[in-house]
Amino acid sequence: MPKRDLISIEDLSRADVELLLDTAESFLPVLERDIKKVPTLRGRTIINLFWEASTRTSSSFDLAAKRLSADTLALKASGSAVEKGETLKDTAITLSAYSPDIIVMRHPSAGACQTLSANTEASVINAGDGKHQHPTQCLLDLFSMRQNLGRDLDGLKVFIIGDILHSRVARSDIMGFQMLGMEVTLVAPPTLMPRGIEEMGVKVEYDLANLKDADVIYLLRIQKERIKAGAAYLPSLREYSQLWGISQARLGPKQRVMHPGPINRGVEIASDIADDDENLIAHQVFSGLAVRMAILYRTIVGYSDGAASGEVL
Amino acid sequence: MPEPRPASETVILTAEQMSRTITRIAHEILEKNPGSEKLAVVGIHTRGAFLGARIHKLLCEVGGRDYAAGNLDISFYRDDVAARGAVGVIPSTPQPVVKDTDLPFTIDGARVVLVDDVLYTGRTIRAAIDALFDYGRPATVQLAVLVDRGHRELPIRPDYVGKNLPTASRERISVRVDECDGVDEVVLVRSKEA
Repeated sequence: MPKRDLISIEDLSRADVELLLDTAESFLPVLERDIKKVPTLRGRTIINLFWEASTRTSSSFDLAAKRLSADTLALKASGSAVEKGETLKDTAITLSAYSPDIIVMRHPSAGACQTLSANTEASVINAGDGKHQHPTQCLLDLFSMRQNLGRDLDGLKVFIIGDILHSRVARSDIMGFQMLGMEVTLVAPPTLMPRGIEEMGVKVEYDLANLKDADVIYLLRIQKERIKAGAAYLPSLREYSQLWGISQARLGPKQRVMHPGPINRGVEIASDIADDDENLIAHQVFSGLAVRMAILYRTIVGYSDGAASGEVL
Repeated sequence: MPEPRPASETVILTAEQMSRTITRIAHEILEKNPGSEKLAVVGIHTRGAFLGARIHKLLCEVGGRDYAAGNLDISFYRDDVAARGAVGVIPSTPQPVVKDTDLPFTIDGARVVLVDDVLYTGRTIRAAIDALFDYGRPATVQLAVLVDRGHRELPIRPDYVGKNLPTASRERISVRVDECDGVDEVVLVRSKEA
């Protein structure tokens, strides 16, 4: 069996995505019982490389590997040889000496996962690379939607609102949401809307006039570090909040809000929404664990659904 | 019109024989666990779960009690999880779709009867016992199978057997149940290359 990477959501077919979501669902009972661990990946080694800050993604990948009984090794840029100028290629070669089965990587540069994959026998899972992709976030978003809004997401209208330009989550989500039949509308100030994004088959809007059409409102974090840098993306955070921020007053009764975190209270999301459990934000974090268990599991055992095998041990 | 049965298949148990066998197993279970309130039937996915549900129904009818029942999926406990890229590793069988494990009762102190369709190497049962113990500490674990075809690779033996059927390794036992196959029967299938 050749190694299987998960670098972009495009690496998955619709059947793969559905298999991953089904697999994640089957891990839920494991997470509810007293012994929250299965022996499936005993003896496997999973390395988590986080060259960029992360709370949710790195902690859930680490815990997911442990719940599957794999051995984990976590490396961060600070305190590693990366600070001494080691190249990604050399890091890959070094770590490969430990024969890892999977390397999970977050990296500030788009395409870094391909470089890593080319230099290791391990399967590479992208935990976010620059502005490119964040496929596991997309999968957990789909899982949260399916658990809360019903299994059939076909025809659901999703508005993705915020800093589309700098968002790898938006890129993965657009592809994944469309794959399962959803209609995607992007809303952002013109400065934060990538040029030519319409080619992905999405609707593009610059204000919230049509917000009432949305079933799901997916908010992206306004990356304050980019706004402060003196760049002319936004006049002020307050203006963003007034024009594009979402508060309860802007929502209809059936509309549900999602956010990949971390949230900026009072900027893209008002506190009344952030604290309302009717929304899916807390569930997204919960989903991260089950979905990442499913991804690690399928990366090693394969995506074959084996329905026809019927083999008896 | 049902298709004619392929020449490679021999019927071992008809629907009627299967039904009688399941009834007999249910009676044996009650006989061996007299008056026990802690009896719990746990079927192993996929076909063991359907057989388990039938045995459970009979137990409740005959025993006059509402016994506990559940299902177990052993996918996460298999010993043949594929080893990708490793040298000299035999490509593993496709990994089946994982079904829900559902044990809506306290395993601690229960007298669990595991139910599966075919007992072969014993590896499924080993996995099922491991899975069960991650949910609690049963008082006893017993094993009921519709067909025991031999070729054990582990020290595991059934407590209740529908039919003992010595087989060659190239032969396959196919248990079909109405709930997922549309028919109740057990057939012996000879592989074509044999």
